Amino acid sequence: MIKDFPMPRLITTEYRTLSEIRGPLVFVERTSNVAYNEIVEILTPQGELRLGQVLEVDHARCMVRVFLGTTGLGLRQTRVRFLGDVARVDVSLSMLGRALDGSGQPIDGGAPIIPEFSLDINGLPINPSVRTHPSEFIQTGVSAIDGLNTLTRGQKLPIFSGAGLPANELAAQIASQARVAGGDKSLDSEPFAVVFAAIGITNREAAFFMDQFQASDAMDRTVLFINRAEDPSMERLLTPRAALTTAEYLAFTHDRHVLVIMTDMTNYCESLREIAAASEEVPGRRGYPGYMYSDLASLYERAGRLRSKSGSVTRLMILTMPDDDITHPIPDLTGYITEGQIVLSRDLHRKGIYPPIDVLPSLSRMMNAGIGESKTRADHRAVADQLYALYAEGRDLRRLVAIIGEAALSADDRRVLDFARQFEERYVSQGMTDRSMSETLELPGICCPSCLPNRSSAYLGNISKGITANDHRLCHPHEVAGLQSANRAGEAGTRVARAETRRPAQRVFANRGYGGRPFGCAAGCRRGRLPGLLPGQSPLPGRK
Amino acid sequence: MYDGLQRPLEVLSRKTGEFIARGVQASPLPEDKLWRFVPSLEVGSSVGPGSQLGAVAESHIIEHRILVPPNLKGRVVEIHEGDFNIHDTVAVLETRGEDGISRVEIPLAQRWPVRQPRPYQTRLAPREPLISGTRIIDAFFPVAKGGSAIIPGGFGTGKTVTEHSLARWADADVVVYVGCGERGNEMTEVLEEFPTLEDPRTGAPLMKRTVLIANTSNMPVAAREASIYTGITIAEYYRDMGYDVLMLADSTSRWGEALREISGRLEEMPGEEGYPAYLAARLAEFYERSGRVACLGGSQENGVPQRYGSVTVIGAVSPPGGDFSEPMTQNSMRVVGTFWALDYDLSRRRHFPAINWTRSFSLYDLREWYRGRVAPDWDDLTREALALLQREVELLEIVQLVGPDALAETERAVLASARMLREDLLQQSAYHGVDRYCPASKAYWMLKAIMDFHHRTQSAVQSGVPLQKVSALPTVTEIARMKELPLDEAETHIKMVMDHVRSGFAEWGVN
Repeated sequence: MIKDFPMPRLITTEYRTLSEIRGPLVFVERTSNVAYNEIVEILTPQGELRLGQVLEVDHARCMVRVFLGTTGLGLRQTRVRFLGDVARVDVSLSMLGRALDGSGQPIDGGAPIIPEFSLDINGLPINPSVRTHPSEFIQTGVSAIDGLNTLTRGQKLPIFSGAGLPANELAAQIASQARVAGGDKSLDSEPFAVVFAAIGITNREAAFFMDQFQASDAMDRTVLFINRAEDPSMERLLTPRAALTTAEYLAFTHDRHVLVIMTDMTNYCESLREIAAASEEVPGRRGYPGYMYSDLASLYERAGRLRSKSGSVTRLMILTMPDDDITHPIPDLTGYITEGQIVLSRDLHRKGIYPPIDVLPSLSRMMNAGIGESKTRADHRAVADQLYALYAEGRDLRRLVAIIGEAALSADDRRVLDFARQFEERYVSQGMTDRSMSETLELPGICCPSCLPNRSSAYLGNISKGITANDHRLCHPHEVAGLQSANRAGEAGTRVARAETRRPAQRVFANRGYGGRPFGCAAGCRRGRLPGLLPGQSPLPGRK
Repeated sequence: MYDGLQRPLEVLSRKTGEFIARGVQASPLPEDKLWRFVPSLEVGSSVGPGSQLGAVAESHIIEHRILVPPNLKGRVVEIHEGDFNIHDTVAVLETRGEDGISRVEIPLAQRWPVRQPRPYQTRLAPREPLISGTRIIDAFFPVAKGGSAIIPGGFGTGKTVTEHSLARWADADVVVYVGCGERGNEMTEVLEEFPTLEDPRTGAPLMKRTVLIANTSNMPVAAREASIYTGITIAEYYRDMGYDVLMLADSTSRWGEALREISGRLEEMPGEEGYPAYLAARLAEFYERSGRVACLGGSQENGVPQRYGSVTVIGAVSPPGGDFSEPMTQNSMRVVGTFWALDYDLSRRRHFPAINWTRSFSLYDLREWYRGRVAPDWDDLTREALALLQREVELLEIVQLVGPDALAETERAVLASARMLREDLLQQSAYHGVDRYCPASKAYWMLKAIMDFHHRTQSAVQSGVPLQKVSALPTVTEIARMKELPLDEAETHIKMVMDHVRSGFAEWGVN
């Protein structure tokens, strides 16, 4: 952390040499000693003080963008002062529980922040050689995320939403449910903080978030930065940077685990485009400036963990995909920088499924580092892959059914189709409930490997990776007999598989409760243990 | 480990803490460290550009050969054995120039402008594959040593994982990995993991053969533009010593965007999608710096053995929206020899590596090598397997239209075999302890077992055995587990599996 204070110049020159005002920009002539990105005070003819930032410096002319808009400025009467410093935000621990505007000034009517440090909001890149790899998972309480796209500390994960989809609800739910380490509810033992940056959101949304945070008692560990839709769009460029600077301060100076939530990045990009267009830059795709990737990266990359510090910065960004188009430049560039994405689906939302997370295009790149033995469960990856592959197949079959009808499917295919439906209705859909990791991984009828429709060699291959025959026996004695004979035949293969997996699976098994029903899961497995059920017969309820 | 300007990141972190402050300078090589230089020439020998003067043991697997810089020739008048730092003179040459005879001191370290390709004697045709340990690459779309390849794919299709596994397991002597505008956490993963992994060929930690250039996406754009050149120059430098070097660039699109950004700031006339008009030329220039060459310095007259080295360039491309028609992908495709198209669909099914076998191609003719080094029928097997996969695509189209019932039993058997090929051969887990690295010989036996099974299935089904019975054979499971067989017993066990297959089918009178 760079701990330096602004060095004010001894003499401040005031300019009255405006030559042009265009959109949010003013041009000042005959300037000297002006630096790029320097902060500027602009005194309007009415005596109002506005802030601006130097965007371009020529030998005797510079371009300034005005944060609060140029309305009311005149060429003659406006006075401009260059402050000799870049934009800074005052940070201190007393910011927790406060609501601030985009540049870090309190808007909740409380006292001003007494700064511990005054930090450059642009930050500096973290040296890659001192980062450590994210390796602890964060339990969000949402099955579709915890089970299939696990979030880890220090990760940056965006939520791709569409207009009208409940992304804000999901973000608020995650913010209030997020916990660290194995479903342990004693969150308070870990110093935790939420920095929430609202960029260009409506008053309704702002009120929603305020209510949510206050209702969940999370307010006193939360810093809110709010830039409303009616605030000048210039300030939108400052808001995320001020929030991130605060987050880095909390994480790396005060060793907190900080979760930064930003909504809505689309508004940020719109502002970026607005300013690029006003300063007559060469537009790139869809009119967004060519440097949007670098600009977004300079925001998104400010997440992670350091080897020498115990704090961390984890990021959740919400962005609205214009017209639900995932190839639009904003989600596209975001996806290339962030470590995965959570995609919300309008189809699921229409079916009344909350959260409407479409797991197929969703991805968490850090998942493998955060799961597995001693973190979640040894077979977590295998279970997730299995669910994923089956659900993908079920979705394919749905398309097929639309053409040829369900009657034309084979019995096996119908079971996969049924699985896809159950998966959406019981696994993805959970409302506002908070599911622990073990609940997510042991959801009856969905996660028990033997309850899944058996799909050829890949299925058995995955079982051998994650789940031992032993594990299998307790649910489905008949299938195990088949598996064992297969094992005997291919001893070489199973020897490897067993050596790798026997122990973890047994231990995990001992820990499992299955909701008071040891060694059987609610729907499928109890039926599976009924005498007379033949191998291949569906253990799912209501299916033959 | 360097950033895009070849500043060592460990040194920077000691200087400015966890964050990289602006305007810090650091020497790329440790200046005070002493290296043991052992000369291989004597005073009085005449040397040309690239002649080897001696060597320094950089690590126990890489012998760092000290060469005469490419622009010098003359006679050795002094050469010393001993411990030197990188700027100490180890030899003095007497050169004859226009202004008479002059003495040139040669230190251990060389400087070279990154944008200028290092010279070589002659270029050779790429004839030997770079064995990557990834089955779909080695079997179907190999890249030659000295070749170039691109991996385009939308986000989440596994570009970085593929590049990482290439960096880990490819049979190159030196690997230069350029993280160009990518994620900091991914670079950390490499940093934390490589020292713990063993090079399958030498047994040394992988880090010992790896140069990392990390220019994460929030570092300056100009450094990102330069990082690719820094990487390839280091690669060429090791090539000149006679090594096979693999250079991986992740991702070249970020480099293209850096070009675009700089070009935009310079207010140049934009070409397609805002990229500068010289994008294609720059890309061609860059990919053509790959190649297998006879290095400078070897000559028959002096009896100096000829050194051969190669630089293989593999670039990831991140096309916006996964759309391959954008300029970066198209311009790169024209100049590279191998194209691995990553596919959204496959990655969504968790089929990794998600290399699409219908869109990818390899222009290198490496059959000779495979026939000689792996198996004589390698070529036939791979061709047949690709044809089988192609047939599957056609059949699946029919299924999409009219449903699976319309297919004949033999066609359904084709689908079953193709599925086996996809799931049991092409799918490969980069995280599984054994499966992540598969040498060509194991890939061959796996392919052979599956194709053998396919042939027997076809004849069984034709002679009236129901497909269901074939699929229920216990050997199907064994085939699925071939991936996990340890490398040293793989061949014997796969032969055993094939015996089981044979006896299984023999019950129905099929052989």
